[in-house]
Amino acid sequence: MFAETLKLSIRTIMRNALRSMLTVLGVVIGVAAVIVMVTLGEGTTAKVTSDVAKLGSNILMVRPGQAGFGPASASADVKAFTVKDVDAIESQVAGVVTAAPTASRSLTAIYGSLNHAMPVTGTDNRYLAARDWTVASGRDFSDGELAAGASVCILGETVRQALFGDGDPVGAVIRLKQIACRVIGVLDKKGASGFGNDPDDVILVPLKMLQRRIAGNQDVAAIFVAVGDGYDTAEVQADIESLLRERRGIGVGEKDNFTILDMAQITSMLTSVSGVLTGLLSAVAGVSLLVGGIGIMNIMLVSVTERTREIGIRLAIGAQAHQVLTQFLVEAVVLSLFGGVIGVAAGLGLAAIAGRWLNVPFVINPAIVIVAFVFSALVGVAFGYFPARRAAHLDPIEALRHE
Amino acid sequence: MPLAAAPPPLIAFRSVGKVYGSGDAAVAALKGIDLAIARGEFVAIMGPSGSGKSTAMNILGCLDTPSAGAYEFMGVDVGDLNRDRRALLRRHFIGFVFQGYNLLPRTSALENVEMPLIYRGVPAGDRRRLAYDALAKVGLADRAGHDPNQLSGGQQQRVAIARAIVARPQVILADEPTGNLDTATSREIMDLLTALNQADGNTIVMVTHEPDMAAFARRTIHFLDGRIAGDGPSAEAA
Repeated sequence: MFAETLKLSIRTIMRNALRSMLTVLGVVIGVAAVIVMVTLGEGTTAKVTSDVAKLGSNILMVRPGQAGFGPASASADVKAFTVKDVDAIESQVAGVVTAAPTASRSLTAIYGSLNHAMPVTGTDNRYLAARDWTVASGRDFSDGELAAGASVCILGETVRQALFGDGDPVGAVIRLKQIACRVIGVLDKKGASGFGNDPDDVILVPLKMLQRRIAGNQDVAAIFVAVGDGYDTAEVQADIESLLRERRGIGVGEKDNFTILDMAQITSMLTSVSGVLTGLLSAVAGVSLLVGGIGIMNIMLVSVTERTREIGIRLAIGAQAHQVLTQFLVEAVVLSLFGGVIGVAAGLGLAAIAGRWLNVPFVINPAIVIVAFVFSALVGVAFGYFPARRAAHLDPIEALRHE
Repeated sequence: MPLAAAPPPLIAFRSVGKVYGSGDAAVAALKGIDLAIARGEFVAIMGPSGSGKSTAMNILGCLDTPSAGAYEFMGVDVGDLNRDRRALLRRHFIGFVFQGYNLLPRTSALENVEMPLIYRGVPAGDRRRLAYDALAKVGLADRAGHDPNQLSGGQQQRVAIARAIVARPQVILADEPTGNLDTATSREIMDLLTALNQADGNTIVMVTHEPDMAAFARRTIHFLDGRIAGDGPSAEAA
C-alpha cells in the first residue's frame, strides 16, 4: 500500500514537473544555504586547526592592548613591552621554556634588480626555538650580532626564492629600506599557509637592529612564550598575567592593558570571523525553508482542489480518511525531499567552488547531508499536513459532484 | 426445532428519513422509506428530480446516513457506523458506477480498475490479473493500456463497470449509468449490466430517468416527494 502511495506521488509530481520545480525552489535554496554554510565552516575550522597546529600547540602569545586579532603593532597608544619583560617572564615564570620578543614592520627587500615586500620581524634565536623553526642553510644569529644589533638577516624560503631564484643567498647583501643587510641563513620551508599568510614569507633580523634602525624605538610588540611539556598552559598564562600586571603597575581592580592568547583562543578568534557568515547564511536558510514550506502548502492546497473529484472517487471506492491523508502527505514529503536532493547537490557544488575561491578545503560532512534531508522531509510533513487533512475530510458526495 | 429465520435482505430501509439543514431551513428529502432488496435482484429506481432517489442512493451506498429510521446493509445498522467503518463497507461490498464515469484522468484503464484492489491490499500480481479479467469481462481487454481520454464514452463506462465488479462486491450501485450516452451505447451498457445480473448473479440497483433503461431491470421503484410511489415488476420495454 505504501509503495503504491509512493509511486503515485512520484508520478503526480513528475506530471507537473515545472510546477514542482518552482514549488520546491525555496526548499532548494534553504537546504543549499545550510550545506554551503556548514561545508565552508567545516573547511575553515579544519584549516584554522591545521594552521594553529603549525604554530605549535604549547605557545602563548602576549600582546599589548585588549583582545582583537591583527597586526602586533595595531594600537600605537598602548604601552609596548620591553626586553626586560621578556627576560622576566622567561626567568620568573615556572613552566616557561623560552620567551621570545618580537617587533615587526612591513618592508621591501631589494637585491640587484629584484624586490619583494614582506614583514620583517626583529627577534632573537629564542623565537626560532619557540616556533620550532630551524635554519636550513647558513646559521642563526650570534650573540655578538644580537647584542650589537648588527645588520644581518635570515630569510624565509619564499623571500629567498623571490630574490635569489635557485641561488644560495648566504653571504649576499640585500637592502631593507636603505639599510644594507648581510644574509646569514635561510629558514627551512614550513610550507602552506598560516592564517592565510605564508609563514615562509618573512625576514628575521636581530631585535635591536629593527628597533634602532627601522622602527626607531625600544618597543617589543609581541612576546611568544613556549610552555614546557607537562605544564598547564592556563596556569602559566595566569602566572604571566600577574607578573606583567605587577611590572606594568596595574592596580587591583584595573583591567589588564595586555592580552595573553593561547592557541584555543586564537583558534576561536579566527573561527569567530566565519561566525558572522554562518549567522547570515543561517538566516537565509531559515527564511528560505519557511518560504519553501509555504510554497509547498500552497501548491498542495491547489492540488487538493484540482483533485477533489479524484479524492471523491477514492473515498467512494473505500479509501479511509487516513489513507487519503497519507497519500497527500507523502506527496508533500516527496516534493520537499526532491527539493532537498537538489539543494544538497547545489550546496555541495557551490561550497566546492566557493571553497576553491576562498582557499578553504572542501570537507563534506555526511551528518549535515542527512540532517538536510531530514529537515526537508520535516518541512514537507509540517506544511503538507494541513492540505492533506483538508483532502482527507472531504465529503465524498460533495467531492464527487465537484466539477 | 429452531425456527429457520429467513436470511436478512441484503438491503433494508426501515422508516428511513433524511433531513437536510435545520430549523426553518430544514428540508426533508426522505420521509419514512421502507424498502428491502434481496441478493440477486436487478432494481431500477425512478423518479423526478428532488424526489429523494439520489439521497436514497447515497444512503444505500453508505456514503450518507439516515437522520431517522434505520438502514441495514447485510444485517448491519449503517447508522451506527462512523465514516471509516462505512468506507470499509464500501471497499469490501459495494461497487459504484457513476453517470460521469469518474475514472482517474491520465491513468490507464487497467490502473483505474486496479484501484479498489489497492485499497483492499491485494498484492500487485493478483491485482493486475484480476483487473485484466474484469476488463475482459466488459470486452475491453485490448484497451487495458489506454487512458480514459483515448476511450469513447461507452468504453469509459465499461471501464467504470469493470472497476465496480473487480472486487466482487455484494451490490453494484449505478447512478444514471447511461445518462451521458447515446441510445445504442446505452443499450450495450444495459445489456452488460443485465448479463452481470443474470449470468453472474450480481445484485444491481440503478437510478435512471429513462423508462427504456428501467425496463432492463426486473423491478422498478418509483420515488415521489421523498416517498415510494410505486414498487413492482418493471414495465416491458417499448
